[in-house]
Amino acid sequence: MALLDVQNLKTYFHTEYGLVKAADGVSFNVNQGEIIGLVGESGCGKSVTILSIMQLIPSPPGKKAGGKVIFEGKDLLQYQPNGQEMRSIRGSKLTMIFQEPMTSLNPVLTIARQMTETLELHLDMDKSAARERGIELLKMVGVPDASRRIDDYPHQFSGGMRQRVMIAMALSCNPMIIFADEPTTAVDVTTQAQLLELMKDLVTRLNTSLVIVTHNLGVVARYAQRIYVMYAGRIIESGPSEAIFSDPQHPYTVGLLNSVPKLGERHGERKLIPIYGLPPNLINMPPTCAFLPRCNAKIGRCSKEPWPELRVVGKDHLISCYANIKGK
Amino acid sequence: MKASKNETIVQVENLKMYFPITRGLLRRKVGDVKAVDDISFDIKKHETLGLVGESGCGKTTTGRCILRLYQPTSGKIIFSGIDISKLPERKIKDHRRDMGTIFQDPFGSLNPRQSAGGIVGDPLKIHHMASGKELKGRVEELFELVGLDPSMMDRVPHEFSGGQRQRIGVARALACNPSLVVCDEPISALDVSIQAQIINLLEELQEKLGLTYLFIAHDLAVVQHISDRVAVMYLGRIMELTSSTELYENPLHPYTKALLSAIPIPDPAAERTRSRIVLKGEVPSPVNPPPGCHFHPRCSLAIKECSETRPPLRDVGNNHYVACIRV
Repeated sequence: MALLDVQNLKTYFHTEYGLVKAADGVSFNVNQGEIIGLVGESGCGKSVTILSIMQLIPSPPGKKAGGKVIFEGKDLLQYQPNGQEMRSIRGSKLTMIFQEPMTSLNPVLTIARQMTETLELHLDMDKSAARERGIELLKMVGVPDASRRIDDYPHQFSGGMRQRVMIAMALSCNPMIIFADEPTTAVDVTTQAQLLELMKDLVTRLNTSLVIVTHNLGVVARYAQRIYVMYAGRIIESGPSEAIFSDPQHPYTVGLLNSVPKLGERHGERKLIPIYGLPPNLINMPPTCAFLPRCNAKIGRCSKEPWPELRVVGKDHLISCYANIKGK
Repeated sequence: MKASKNETIVQVENLKMYFPITRGLLRRKVGDVKAVDDISFDIKKHETLGLVGESGCGKTTTGRCILRLYQPTSGKIIFSGIDISKLPERKIKDHRRDMGTIFQDPFGSLNPRQSAGGIVGDPLKIHHMASGKELKGRVEELFELVGLDPSMMDRVPHEFSGGQRQRIGVARALACNPSLVVCDEPISALDVSIQAQIINLLEELQEKLGLTYLFIAHDLAVVQHISDRVAVMYLGRIMELTSSTELYENPLHPYTKALLSAIPIPDPAAERTRSRIVLKGEVPSPVNPPPGCHFHPRCSLAIKECSETRPPLRDVGNNHYVACIRV
């Protein structure tokens, strides 16, 4: 059985311009020790999905509009966002690594203070034990001279080092699942490589599950076992990593892969094939497929019928599309 | 495909750009940020030269020196036969007309209160190249050139999407018919599916108008796609300079190799067979760079000599330049 089973998750925002269905029936699952990729462009609802699972969406304007998040046999959405049950899970069993390490660390508190808080709260450690554990965690993520640096403030760390601190904090209470929301977007490529290798090594060693949320298909290609592609608040394709990259079936995924330059292609060898048009504005969406206006594979059904349900096109490979671009 | 490729349009010789660090009330100088530390290269007519490196390596500063937005500390910048590095401000305007710039942030680089047509027409007014009806006609022409509907001329930037805004930025850069366009991270602020639209637009415009690009970006895959030649920078210096194909197929500098291996490829099969060189440590500060080769503290091939003398950028044949004594 899956460790985390998200079923038909819906999170809506009521804005003065209309209803925004930021996550509109998202279903996915995470098994123990698995690395999952959740991929999509900005505004597709990938962060909202993760924040909804953690119950970190402010309400209003956000609203739980349905669905279930089954974790350890219980539906997390039944809990109050600030209730005792949710607080005991959030930050200990389910943890997050945010995109911007500078804004997600408190600039006026030392790293020690920020790291020990979770340990004292969730694991009932006393001050000195928590500090010891904090130093140990910093060493584990490769912060040099950890016993001294734990008393530094966030601004004394470089971007890459700050993200290591975030990883250490996410690992501190031996979590079951870590949600990493664009963990390497704010850092350089060589630092990105360091951080991704580090995260992969740690989760493999600790048998923790990792959900990487990103817009960069390359980031998940190397590490994720399964990938979910999101568009306009829904999952439009999911499957094993190999299938998504070598045999993509949804016109959007195909378009996304064709529109990025690949390293090693000779200069002038291939013209990029862009996806025309723009990602949709999610306010008051029509019931038809949201990708329809940009799709180059549309058929008659697409403009008449509602957004297609996910259907099987291969082993564990699902798409939400009426057209058969590969004849399947 | 492209004619007269050997004519040089920009020649940069021993360019240095140091920014002073001052302290105290008297603003006493206590050091320098060596943003660009003695680099030389040239840009040929009608080519795209890619300038790639991590943040803080001096690629943007190099671009701004060529535009003479900065007064270089020393060195020469020969643009169309004239050394512009020491020209006084009032004379530089004539040369700057021949250079366009596309900036990274399509939100911050457009005046939010000005109409799109006004933004695109401004360079023409500043350089007294058109006015009245003629100006309007030229702006319409530019809108069409970059794939925008001229009827949107009176709208203000917030009414456009990110990709459309970057098109406005491109139109503005091309307003005065420049021969050189400095593109400073022109696509990194855009959504993935929009990036390809702008890359293709830049390629089409180059073909149509015979433009020369200095393409500055941190994403080596994008740079390699668009550039004829690529210069790899690290901590203010050029580490390797060669054709983009050669750079990928036969990278020589250890930093280039690490950079190439760090870039994720969207293909799990290729990723599995690829070995990744993970660099140790971080980029040192440009205030106090390491002696000798700037890369030696992180380099796996470093020997004693590497920390003593700066390796020159030397030709190893086939127009492949590399600054490493271990190659």
